[in-house]
Amino acid sequence: METRNLSYVRDSMLPPEPAPDNSRSSAAWIRANLLATPKDVVFTLLAIVLLAYALPGIINWLFIQASWVGSDRSVCATVVQGGLQPNGWSGACWAFVEDRFAQFIFGRYPLDQRWRVLLTLGLFIALLAPMLIPKAPKKGLNALLLFVVFPVVAFFLLSGGFGLSHVETPLWGGLMVTLILSFVGIAVSLPLGILLALGRRSKMPVIKTICVVFIEVIRGVPLITVLFMANVMLPLFLPTGWTIDNFLRALVGVALFASAYMAEVIRGGLQAIPKGQTEGSESLGLSYWQTTRLIILPQAIKLVIPGIVNTFIGLFKDTSLVSIIGMFDLLGIVQLNFRDPSWISPVVPLTGLIFAGFMFWVFCFGMSRYSAFMERHLDTGHKR
Amino acid sequence: MKKTILSAAIGAAVLGAASAASAATLADVKAKGFVQCVVNTGLAGFASPDASGNWTGFDVDYCKAVASAIFADATKVKYTPTTGQTRFPALQSGEGDVLFRNTTWTISRDTALGLNFRTVNYYDGQGFMVPKSLNVKSALELSGAAVCVQSGTTTELNLADYFKANNLQYNPVVFEKFEEVNAAYAAGRCDVYTTDQSGLYAVRLGQTNPDDHVVLPEIISKEPLGPAVRQGDDQWFDIVSWTHYAMIQAEEFGITQANVDEIRKSTTNPDVKRFLGVEKDSKIGTDLGLTNDWAYNIIKGVGNYGEVFERNIGKGSPLKIERGLNALWSKGGLQYAPPIR
Amino acid sequence: MTDHAINAPTRGRTLRSLVYDPKVRSLFFQIVTVVITAFFIIEIYHNVTTNLAQSNTASGYAFLGSRAGFDIGQSLIAYSSDSTYGRAIIVGLLNTLLIAACGIVTATIIGFVVGLGRLSKNWLIAKLCTVYVEVFRNIPPLLVIFFWYSGVLSTLPQPRDAIQAPFNIFLSNRGLTFPKPIWGEGSGLMVIGFVAAVLLSIAVSQWAKRRQMATGQQFPSGWTALGLIIGLPLIGFLAAGSPLTFDIPVEGRFNLSGGAVIAPEFVALYLALSFYTAAFIAEIIRAGIGGVAKGQSEASAALGLQPSQATRLVVVPQAMRIIIPPLTSQYLNLTKNSSLGIAIGFPDLVSTGGTTLNQTGQAVEVVAIWLVVYLTISITTSLFMNWFNAKMALVER
Repeated sequence: METRNLSYVRDSMLPPEPAPDNSRSSAAWIRANLLATPKDVVFTLLAIVLLAYALPGIINWLFIQASWVGSDRSVCATVVQGGLQPNGWSGACWAFVEDRFAQFIFGRYPLDQRWRVLLTLGLFIALLAPMLIPKAPKKGLNALLLFVVFPVVAFFLLSGGFGLSHVETPLWGGLMVTLILSFVGIAVSLPLGILLALGRRSKMPVIKTICVVFIEVIRGVPLITVLFMANVMLPLFLPTGWTIDNFLRALVGVALFASAYMAEVIRGGLQAIPKGQTEGSESLGLSYWQTTRLIILPQAIKLVIPGIVNTFIGLFKDTSLVSIIGMFDLLGIVQLNFRDPSWISPVVPLTGLIFAGFMFWVFCFGMSRYSAFMERHLDTGHKR
Repeated sequence: MKKTILSAAIGAAVLGAASAASAATLADVKAKGFVQCVVNTGLAGFASPDASGNWTGFDVDYCKAVASAIFADATKVKYTPTTGQTRFPALQSGEGDVLFRNTTWTISRDTALGLNFRTVNYYDGQGFMVPKSLNVKSALELSGAAVCVQSGTTTELNLADYFKANNLQYNPVVFEKFEEVNAAYAAGRCDVYTTDQSGLYAVRLGQTNPDDHVVLPEIISKEPLGPAVRQGDDQWFDIVSWTHYAMIQAEEFGITQANVDEIRKSTTNPDVKRFLGVEKDSKIGTDLGLTNDWAYNIIKGVGNYGEVFERNIGKGSPLKIERGLNALWSKGGLQYAPPIR
Repeated sequence: MTDHAINAPTRGRTLRSLVYDPKVRSLFFQIVTVVITAFFIIEIYHNVTTNLAQSNTASGYAFLGSRAGFDIGQSLIAYSSDSTYGRAIIVGLLNTLLIAACGIVTATIIGFVVGLGRLSKNWLIAKLCTVYVEVFRNIPPLLVIFFWYSGVLSTLPQPRDAIQAPFNIFLSNRGLTFPKPIWGEGSGLMVIGFVAAVLLSIAVSQWAKRRQMATGQQFPSGWTALGLIIGLPLIGFLAAGSPLTFDIPVEGRFNLSGGAVIAPEFVALYLALSFYTAAFIAEIIRAGIGGVAKGQSEASAALGLQPSQATRLVVVPQAMRIIIPPLTSQYLNLTKNSSLGIAIGFPDLVSTGGTTLNQTGQAVEVVAIWLVVYLTISITTSLFMNWFNAKMALVER
């Protein structure tokens, strides 16, 4: 029984055969993905009809009919409305966005001082970029610079001091305000949210009660009432004669609001960590704060990164509400500008809103993509 | 809630915006070096910022006048822009020192809101504006119309009273901010725009084609607009009131921003000498807590009442509002100053 | 000296053991917290009272009973400028609840359709739904509201050139005007018919369930219920002699007069909240259905259930357990987001309360009313959630 030398047994694998022609041509793909069942055929047809109806119109309105250059409303208004365009014309008014672009970014920040905003932005990007790249070294120092040193520098750069002229916060506006509110909101809400979440799980009844009440009250009411409170009530809470900058009030409102939501996300992560982790580290002689800092939090936060980023995205979108209490963030300044008599025209509001919407979308979508990337990067295979 | 206060207090300290004010507003203003005025977020002619943040307008000039009286420097001012709903809390909380925001003096505001009014720097009345194409001649024809109005104003209340008293139906379209009402009217969301007549002219000016809109003849309310301060500080109240009177008096004397220096040097009229602070042994300003040349500083800083009026809302401005009730008492108007002696 | 040397360690030990005793520590921290919190509360209370006293502002809730003096554009209950501030706030609250109820229904429908669409094997449908979700999830709700209000609805024609749809329905920048039904005498019969139909349908479905349990035979109880609910009120309507007339809108001097109007503020807020929240609901639906093990549908196929039956009887009931909790919190978010209506002048709770605040100057009281109302809504919702979770837990294996 000599089986080893049987010549008809293969000792190496053949390369896999390509799939049959009829399952890999584009026709096959269409059959499988678009026309699999009669119901799918109907749906596909409906979708194509919808697209054929809407897409050309949208593209035409946004780009082909759009008015690209000009310095006042005449390029975006029809003859009847007192402009240059033929009657019946309708298209996006990108000339408006172009004309007011600087205001959308800086608000009413004095023209000759705008380099300060750009410098701040440059610093921010220079510090943020290495923070976001997992492989970049010296994360600790980087975080210290970004979250401790940078805010101080940015404060003096933007507001004035050390020889720079003072620029009052009512002059700040546009994308700059949106970004400042979001950055401060994020930088405050994460640590505050962690503390609140730890407090809520604390065994000390007093601390637990305070945290629960704070979280539930803030989460139970709309942000706009929190902002109204910060705007109208905060001055009443302070000793007579103390005043707080309007901008700071909005900051406090937004940051507190985000902290309460952050606390609940973090609590979800804390609850998912098995009790054995705490017990194990206690048996090794670690203190409560050591256990929390070295064992529990790193695991818990990793678990809830999507939730944290969702809260950040919510916070970023919520900053648009400050336009209701009379501040001019990106959305507020766009609105202010499309009501300007020199640009009034039926197509201008829609164009301005599409622009603002696109800006918000880019930031929020970017954040959600980055969170998906981090989730994959940090996934060390402990999933159960 | 403790975190609210902590962070707020820390933040306030960092921003250096904290200031201790109480009854002694004047001392406090002198200490911080500027007057903080509560103004409108943007009403053409009265208070509005341009693209680079410079404020101009009738109310803004009044703010500068107070600063001139105190510091002899019209630039020592800061502004708190407020909506109809935030203006009173801003003053009550001590955030602003004085409110110059086309605000109507009513008994309830004077008493229940804890504010003090005394002077009227602009006599206004509520009116209606409609597109010419509707062919409306009188407000009594407005039954069934949609009316745009700003919320939280006396305008909103007068509107309800007027339509009720005349048994007319209407559909209120209410917005929080002036600009929103404006935009809604421009977009045809309503048929009628109602606010103080001064405001109507400003809004009309902002329309694509101002000639397409008419202001109806009816005035349905008295709207005396004037500055307000917190109750409980009589000295500060006096300063704000007499700033207005000094501007009226200057117009009566014929003293303008341009000729004030010359008159001061050459005048022999004892009334004028006392007014401009060149009379010896006068206590005309020191009793107010200011210097004796406070009135001179006001005129030097912003001009007399007539100049401020014409420059911002009258002939010299795009609004072109007639003096009407706001002419001097000697010219058939209501503007009158008590004797300055 | 020697005394000291001997005594020191013992004292040190007790002190140290006290410092390291968790109970003592916890007590200490709590006392410190209580003291600090109490200090802040007293300080705030003191500041508020001094500030209010100093500015001579009135306080208390007596203002709720005084005449409001302002009109409200849209109201579910009778309201005029002669009504009280309290009633104005109730009008606002009802408007908040109305927009929340309408928004929740539409958002759920759109959300379900889009969520199922994303799971569809049809590539085009799945991609379209993905685009929808990614667009609406990443822009602020306030912007969506402005989009509908300033971008779309305000570009509609003036009432004189209103777009006329069949049945005397008009669409203009003043809103949607349609004939207002006026129910005459005898309409009570229809109501009776409707109530009877609902009760009968419930009885029929219970009987059908028992019969299916006992015999395995099915009964089309859904179709029966539909027939009853349409048929019985119709019979009542005809029996009463068709007591229905319409108040048809006609062109007035300014607006269309007569008929019923849905204001553009309401429509804009309603559409915006529905479309925005639907994107989040779609994601919840997708996660819920994705969370049901594949074996479940395979097993039901093996038992001979139709795909539609498998979805209805096996997959959806299990997915619901995952879907309902986050869905409820989305409903709550929608209700809270309705407060953004203030930006376009929709008279909701925050808006009418804000006007009241301005007329009376009583900020503390009005903000307190806001807090109480919204907290009541959210606490009621979480009580429902707890009840629901408990009920679901019983069904679990």
